[in-house]
Amino acid sequence: MKLHPAKLLFLQILVAVAALALWQIGATVPIGGDFLLPEFFFSKPGDVLSRVVELFVTGTIWKHLWITLTETVLAFIIGSVGGVVIGFWFARKPVVAAVFDPYVKMVNALPRVVLAPIFMLWLGLGIWSKVALGVTLVFFIVFFNVYQGVKEVSPVVLANARMMGMNERQLFRNVYWPSAMSWMFSSLHTAVGFALVGAVVGEYLGSAAGLGYLIHQAEGVFDVTGVFAGMFILAAFVLVIDWFVTRVEKRLLVWRPQAASEQN
Amino acid sequence: MNAAARATTAEAPHAGASLAVALDDIAISFAVKGRPVFNAVAPTSLHVREGEFVAIVGPTGCGKSTLLNATAGLLAPAGGTVSIFGEKLVGLNARAGYLFQQDALMPWKTALDNVAIALEIGGMRRADAVAQAQDWLKRVGLARFTERYPHELSGGQRKRVALAQMLIRQPKILLMDEPFGPLDAQTRQIMGTLLLRLWAQDRKAVLFVTHDLEEAIALSDRVVIMSAGPEARIIGDFPIDLARPRDAAEIRLDPRFHELHRMIWSQLKAEVAKTYGDDMNGLEASS
Ligand SMILES: Nc1ncnc2c1ncn2[C@@H]1O[C@H](COP(=O)(O)OP(=O)(O)OP(=O)(O)O)[C@@H](O)[C@H]1O
Ligand SMILES: [Mg+2]
Repeated sequence: MKLHPAKLLFLQILVAVAALALWQIGATVPIGGDFLLPEFFFSKPGDVLSRVVELFVTGTIWKHLWITLTETVLAFIIGSVGGVVIGFWFARKPVVAAVFDPYVKMVNALPRVVLAPIFMLWLGLGIWSKVALGVTLVFFIVFFNVYQGVKEVSPVVLANARMMGMNERQLFRNVYWPSAMSWMFSSLHTAVGFALVGAVVGEYLGSAAGLGYLIHQAEGVFDVTGVFAGMFILAAFVLVIDWFVTRVEKRLLVWRPQAASEQN
Repeated sequence: MNAAARATTAEAPHAGASLAVALDDIAISFAVKGRPVFNAVAPTSLHVREGEFVAIVGPTGCGKSTLLNATAGLLAPAGGTVSIFGEKLVGLNARAGYLFQQDALMPWKTALDNVAIALEIGGMRRADAVAQAQDWLKRVGLARFTERYPHELSGGQRKRVALAQMLIRQPKILLMDEPFGPLDAQTRQIMGTLLLRLWAQDRKAVLFVTHDLEEAIALSDRVVIMSAGPEARIIGDFPIDLARPRDAAEIRLDPRFHELHRMIWSQLKAEVAKTYGDDMNGLEASS
C-alpha cells in the first residue's frame, strides 16, 4: 500500500505534534500531584526550542558546528583514501592480504571507543584526536568495500576487457576502479555516519569545542535543556549531511539499476 | 558425402596456410577441488579457414563455450594445440574478438562509451573513437540509445552493443557465443541478417555457437556438431552450399535449406544414437 505524499507528510507531522504535546503535558500538568516528566529531568519543549534559537541567534553554535563538520570531513577523507589504497593493494596482492588478515580482523573487532583516550594522549585535545577516532571507523568500512569491489568484478566483464586488449593500467582505470568505487559509494552513508560518530564521541570524551563538547558541558551542570538542544541540533546536522550524501550518491551511481542501489 | 568419416577429423578441405583457427586434438578439463577431474572436451580437432563462417551446434553443457574460451586464449587446453594463422597461441588471442554468452558490457559505461573504449585503449583520440562508436551503434540499430547504461537496455539491445563493441576493433577472427540467445525468433532472424550483412563487407573467420540448428544452417558455411559431454567431441561436420548473400529469414524457405536440415538431422540422429543410445534429449530440443 502506498500513501499519498501529502497524507504521508500530514501523518509524519502528526507524530511530532503528538510527541511534543505529550512531552509538554507530562512536564507541566501534574497528574495526582506528580509530574509524569519532571522538568528537572526532561525539560520542556518550549525551553529547548528557545535554547536552540538562542544558540543560533547569539552565534555560539556556529563555531561548534564548524569544528564538528571539519572533524567529520577530515576523518572521512583520510579514512577513505587509506581504505581505497590498502583495499586495492590487498585485493591485487593475495599474499599480502593473507598475511595481514588476522590483524585486520583483530583491529576491526576492537570497539573503537577504547582508542579515544590513547588518541588524546598522542594527539592532544584538539581536532586531530577526534579525526583519528573517525578514521579508524571509516577506514575499515571503505577498506572492506573496496576489497570486495575489486574481488567481485564480474569475471566475464574482466575477460571481455582483456580480450579488447586492455593492459593492467587500463583495466585498473576502466574496470577495477569503477567497480571498487561503486561498492564504496554504496556504503557512503555508513562511512559518513561513522566519521560523524567518531567526531562526536571524541568531543564528548574530551575537547574544548564541537557538538559533542556542547552536550557534554550541559550534562556536566545538569542542564537538561542544553542537552536536548544539543541533541536536536546534532540530529538536524546528521539529516543535512545525509541529504547531501544522498545527492552525491545519486549523481555518482547513475549507471546502477535503481533496485540495486536502494538495497544498500 | 560420408559424414561419419569426416566427423572424426572435422577438417576443412584446404588445411594449411590459410587456416585462421586450428584446434588440433585439444582436450579441456576442469579440476574442481574435492572432485575428480572433469574432462569437458575430449581430444578433438576443428579448423576454420580465413573468411569462413563456421557454426557450432550442440546440446547445452556440451562444451561449446569452453571451446571458444580455448580459442580466445582464456583457457589453456590440457592437451593439443591452438594455432592462430599458423602460429601457436600463447596467452590471449589478440586477433580475435569475443562476443560472450553472458553480459560482458561494463555496467558503469554508457552504450557509447562501452563501444568507444574498444578504440580508445588502442590509443585513438577520444573524439575519433566516439565518432566511430556512434557510427557502429547506428549500424546495429541503436542510434537512439547511445547514452543509455546497460541496465537500461533490453537483453537484445545489450547484445547489439556488445556486437558493435567487438566489430569496431575489426578483429580478424570473430568468436560469438549464442549472440542471439535471449531474443525471440523474429528478432533472431533480423539480427542474423544484420550479422551476415556486416560480415559480408570484409569476411572474417567466424566461430558461431548456437544450439539452434536452423540458425546455424541459415548463417554458416559449415555446421559442426558437438556430442553431449563429458568428453564432448565433434561428431559431425557439414558444408552448407546455400548461395550468398542470404537473408536469414527467407533462406529458410529455400528447398535446399530443408534438404540440408533433413540430411544433417538424420545423420546427426544416427551419430548421437550410436554414441549415446537414447540419451539425446538436448539435441531433440534444438532440432
Ligand atoms: N569453470 C568450470 N569449472 C568446472 N566445470 C566447468 C567450468 N566451466 C564449464 N564447466 C563444465 O564444462 C561443460 C561444458 O561447459 P560449457 O559452458 O562449455 O557448455 P556449453 O556447451 O557452452 O553450454 P550452453 O549451451 O548451455 O552454453 C559443462 O558440463 C560445465 O559444467
Ligand atoms: Mg555456453
